[in-house]
Amino acid sequence: MSAIQIKNLTKTYKNGVQALKGIDLEIKAGSFSALLGANGAGKTTIISILTGLVIKTSGEVKIFGYDLDKEPEMVRQQIGVVPQEFNFNVFEKTQDIVVTQAGYFGIDRKTALKDSEEILKRLNLWDKKNQTSRNLSGGMKRRLMIARALINKPKLLILDEPTAGVDVELRYSMWDFLRELNGQGTTILLTTHYLEEVEQLCRDAAMIKNGRIITRDKVSNLLRMIDQETFVIGVENELKLEPLARYQPKKVDDHSFEVVLSQKDHLNDFVADLTRAGLVLHDIRPKGNRMERLFLNILKQ
Amino acid sequence: MNTHQQYIAFSTILRRETIRIARIWPQTLLPPVITQTLYFVIFGKFIGRHISDINGVSYIAFIVPGLVMMAVISNSFTNVVSSFFGTKFQRNVEELLVSPTPNAVIVAGYMAGGMIRGILVGFLVFAVSIFFTHPHIHNIAVVITFIILTSALFSLGGFLNAILAKSFDDISIFPTFVLTPLTYLGGVFYSIHDLPPFWQKISLLNPVLYMVNGFRFGFYGFSDVDIALSILMLAVLCAMLMAVNLRFLNQGTGLKQ
Repeated sequence: MSAIQIKNLTKTYKNGVQALKGIDLEIKAGSFSALLGANGAGKTTIISILTGLVIKTSGEVKIFGYDLDKEPEMVRQQIGVVPQEFNFNVFEKTQDIVVTQAGYFGIDRKTALKDSEEILKRLNLWDKKNQTSRNLSGGMKRRLMIARALINKPKLLILDEPTAGVDVELRYSMWDFLRELNGQGTTILLTTHYLEEVEQLCRDAAMIKNGRIITRDKVSNLLRMIDQETFVIGVENELKLEPLARYQPKKVDDHSFEVVLSQKDHLNDFVADLTRAGLVLHDIRPKGNRMERLFLNILKQ
Repeated sequence: MNTHQQYIAFSTILRRETIRIARIWPQTLLPPVITQTLYFVIFGKFIGRHISDINGVSYIAFIVPGLVMMAVISNSFTNVVSSFFGTKFQRNVEELLVSPTPNAVIVAGYMAGGMIRGILVGFLVFAVSIFFTHPHIHNIAVVITFIILTSALFSLGGFLNAILAKSFDDISIFPTFVLTPLTYLGGVFYSIHDLPPFWQKISLLNPVLYMVNGFRFGFYGFSDVDIALSILMLAVLCAMLMAVNLRFLNQGTGLKQ
């Protein structure tokens, strides 16, 4: 079953900007998908149309089979959304924000209090339940937005750059949480600037440029499109790069160098050549993020 | 959403509004009571003792219903316009817009919040008036009908203003340039029979006149205008404003791009 079905979706804003120029997209129920694109590509416009914050110009949108035009309330029942910017009442208390959102979904207060306790505990916010949201740290505010989005137990969770500005530790714990949610059957659609996040979390990705989907595939297939990769090699002894000339190595410092390996070059063969050259391998790591390079390559095309 | 879920959504909005009114009571409840007390002192006590009775009612007693109604009008309006525009400004209106809460429930919830503040302030002003005079109530049903319809009407007006407002300046234009003049010229401090015939006719175009006089009828049993007509007019205006608000919400005016 499709969680999201978008056909020929267009959006032209009042100022004449054509943000979406005929988007077709299908996202399967239970998937963990990413929507990638540069700033202004149209990602947030798509999300805002799905969640009812922006009115589409034309096209068809269905969420779990419910038509956005004919059954907007049923569409919204299915969705939880974590927007890019903090948009809660800064004077309200943490738990009140979550419980109030539950009320807007028609969930009675008793149930909302119980469920909010569970979610806030899971997101390590329970001890902040009586704190006004403006006094929370940036990371806590991000988690609060996730808690609020989950209170209606959505079948589809949409996250618009959810880890922007959060520290590494928190980002990793949020990844674990999102994986767990997806494992429990929640369909997740993510936009992010951290392409490592896509590589780590998502099974499918669609790339959008100037209001059009330019590529869409499984993340693993997209990564296969990278035909070469740069590695940084660290060695324990002094560098002797002449025997490795065919790899065209570039010296970084006295104990490390960069080398570009294509898909034809097997890493095992390279390490064997390294050993034959009398170099003792200390460490080997990819230079930069593969997904980021892929993203830039596709955008350039 | 079924009816029960809609009721939960409605009561959630109302609860949030009520908590807001209580939390910032020095801004929501205290100032109107102080202002109206000054009216009682200055117009009622100091100036009023030089003014003869109107229809057998002392001047200070005559202005009580008008001052209560003035407080109800301005507070119902201000509550909704500031609260809903505040949610727009902070963008937490998106919490509602992404939810399945029907637009009619959103309008009804905010309207009820405005009515609560308007009626509460009206009651407080009435309570203060007891320290200055002893207004008696001629017909409690008329008093209740007018206070409910008037607070509902101006709450809906505040909602409309909030939808259309793009800045904080826009939420003060209507109260300053329309609401206040209409209220002061709506027979709060005088009977229109004291005006020249031309101005009497002009005054009849002012909807606030019907509210103040209808409310005053509930207290003293006399009015410058027809009571049934006033109730009908208020009900029609409420229905019209509700329809306009719903139309704008359905179109996403001022809220969705």
